[in-house]
Amino acid sequence: MEQKKNNLSRRNFVKGSTLAAGGILLTPSLLTASPIFNKTKKLKLAVVGCGGRGTGAVSQALRADENVKLVAMADAFEDRLEDAYTSLTKMFQTDKLHVKPSHKFVGFGSYKKAIDAADVVILTTPPGFRPQHFEYAISQGKHVFMEKPVATDVAGIKKVLEATKMAKAKKLNVVVGLQRHYQASYIEAYNRIQKGAIGQIVSGQVYWNGSGVWVRPRKDHQTEMAYQMRNWYYFNWICGDHILEQHIHNIDIANWFVGGYPIKASGTGGREVRKGKDHGHIFDHHVVEFEYENGTIISSQCRHQPGTKHRVDEFFQGTLGTSYTDGGGSAKLKKYDGTNIYTHDNENDINPYQQEHNRLFKSIRNGEVINDAENGAKSTMTAIMGRMATYSGKEITWDKAMALNHKIVPDEDTLTFDSVPPVIRDEYGNYPVPVPGKTNFI
Amino acid sequence: MRLKYFLKLGIPFVIVFQAPLIIAQNFNNYTQDLKGEKITIEMVAVKGGSFLMGADTNDSSRKDDEKPSHEVEVDDFWMGKYEITWEQYDAFVFGEFGPEQFKNIDKLNALGIDAVSGATPPYVDMSFNMGKENHPAVNMTQYAAIMYCKWLTSKTGVFYRLPTEAEWEYACKKGKTDEASNLKNVAWFNENTKDKYEKTGLKEVNNLGIHDLLGNVSEWVMDQYDADYYQSSPQKNPWNKPSELYPRIVRGGSWKDTKDKLCCTSRGQSKQKWKRRDPQIPKSDWWHTNAPFVGFRVVRPKIQPSKEAIKTYWLSVIEDYGLN
Repeated sequence: MEQKKNNLSRRNFVKGSTLAAGGILLTPSLLTASPIFNKTKKLKLAVVGCGGRGTGAVSQALRADENVKLVAMADAFEDRLEDAYTSLTKMFQTDKLHVKPSHKFVGFGSYKKAIDAADVVILTTPPGFRPQHFEYAISQGKHVFMEKPVATDVAGIKKVLEATKMAKAKKLNVVVGLQRHYQASYIEAYNRIQKGAIGQIVSGQVYWNGSGVWVRPRKDHQTEMAYQMRNWYYFNWICGDHILEQHIHNIDIANWFVGGYPIKASGTGGREVRKGKDHGHIFDHHVVEFEYENGTIISSQCRHQPGTKHRVDEFFQGTLGTSYTDGGGSAKLKKYDGTNIYTHDNENDINPYQQEHNRLFKSIRNGEVINDAENGAKSTMTAIMGRMATYSGKEITWDKAMALNHKIVPDEDTLTFDSVPPVIRDEYGNYPVPVPGKTNFI
Repeated sequence: MRLKYFLKLGIPFVIVFQAPLIIAQNFNNYTQDLKGEKITIEMVAVKGGSFLMGADTNDSSRKDDEKPSHEVEVDDFWMGKYEITWEQYDAFVFGEFGPEQFKNIDKLNALGIDAVSGATPPYVDMSFNMGKENHPAVNMTQYAAIMYCKWLTSKTGVFYRLPTEAEWEYACKKGKTDEASNLKNVAWFNENTKDKYEKTGLKEVNNLGIHDLLGNVSEWVMDQYDADYYQSSPQKNPWNKPSELYPRIVRGGSWKDTKDKLCCTSRGQSKQKWKRRDPQIPKSDWWHTNAPFVGFRVVRPKIQPSKEAIKTYWLSVIEDYGLN
């Protein structure tokens, strides 16, 4: 933890004493403007998207800084919001948790009121809605923590990139929940690779092979929109498919370690195991080859198939050696003769989910600027490009993908639970599943 | 939580009937067959009796929570010959719970079972690449291990549970597990592993015929941790029934531990930081994210308790908000 009470820096202390010695009367407004007292300004926090991750992110934000309190919450569903609120009341007292009943905002479009009420906002809805929330938060001058991925379509990526420019101009902090960037094992491996420990990376393999996630089956009397919003993982416009929603973590590591974004992608994928009525229309496996400008090839695999081998990690081959990393906190760099270059000891590492909030609030307090949004958008775009490749079965270039008029998410402000979602069932109850060779870049 | 089967009893029971005492005819080692599953579980008969539980009160090398040594009596039970393996555990985690075992509601009722919850499958590989199949399962919460026993009970019609701390220590001491001339012959620990667990059963059995009680993975028992429990624990079949989520007890030490933890009296404690990488609130009921050294084995009491008594062993879940 980086919480320190009365953290007077030497510089500020000297400045303060000189002023006092000079006999200048400090007015309250001057006091609040001084960095010393920035520590004591109450920062108001709002959360948009009150699932387990949103609740987790709130608890980390409230622990990251002494003077932050949650003042507003928004979710599409009242029960999700209340569950989150109840959980938080078990963890925090009213000095940290100060959400009036009138500041619990429910339904489509509720994000605006919650964002309006805060200085710092946590955006943790499913990713399809993120661009609209992010754009609004930045336009209103708020600091942001937002979860990955940051969009599900190219139109959303462009919106995030535009808002990122605005955020930079306004000196707003934006931390994206690609928490491996805040995990000591990855930082240590990255720094060594940057210094040439394994030479130039020429190839790599990144994996998120697992059994899949929850399913929320259809209930009686549920509108189609309410069903899709509950069972969102299986609908592309909200989730983006698991190549985005989970595998982005590993693809992002490839971009970070290789040092750029791929120029093209080709791949294959489909639905082999997970194809029930409540499994929407996403694939259960994708295999993609990403090619970077310097010729580096990264192959990416993600799979949601129970009973198959799990693997969530990243492996790179350099001209001098190899790198292995995983989310569990391992980092191993080796020469080709097997000699150890670096093995990370993660015993005392800070939880990266906490660390990203520690860094965010420290940066806000110190008047600094973190902006993860551009990388967040481009790594999301890398995964979208991979999805375009597996859905279509065709090669796709970055420039071509970015030039597409690709928009699968409707304007949230126009939606109600009676709206017809962008994708609907056929007469047999099936959703349209992409068919490689026939499907265009969607 | 994924509630797989919930058996609603439409008519409240108005007739209280005496649950029959099911006494096993033979008290021998056996192999439990799980109908419809590929797995079997080998069980070793452990004749109960009295023993001195805890460390010698005068042994300054042992911790205070292992003292005083005190007389304890445990009933006969069977104990798993091996730690539960991934193959055995995944049958539960990924099982399509066959409805046939839920057909006979009376039978389940006699086992104190009205519902069996299935674990949520993990997002990532909980073996941390240390090996699956016949390697020991790890990272499950104590609740998940208890639900495994409940699932096993519903499958087999025979009451399985986790060992109590006393039963575990009894099996360890009766088997003279920590009296081996060379600990490395009976246990995997930090001096003879490559930072990982190993397949179950590779090391020598103890004198009761049980493998890996010490080392490899620490093992969940049924008890709440209380450093002072031995000062007031009952003499017969002690069980410090948990009421708090942390700390609960693991026994035996693991591949990560130093020699001093690999001792029949050493008491390990569960910690909230075992879920520190779980990004959700509430945190998972089923998985630790940072306990790749904790597993379990099952026991079966020789005399099957009444359904009321059985129900006391199906501990209910306590939500984890990661307070620390």
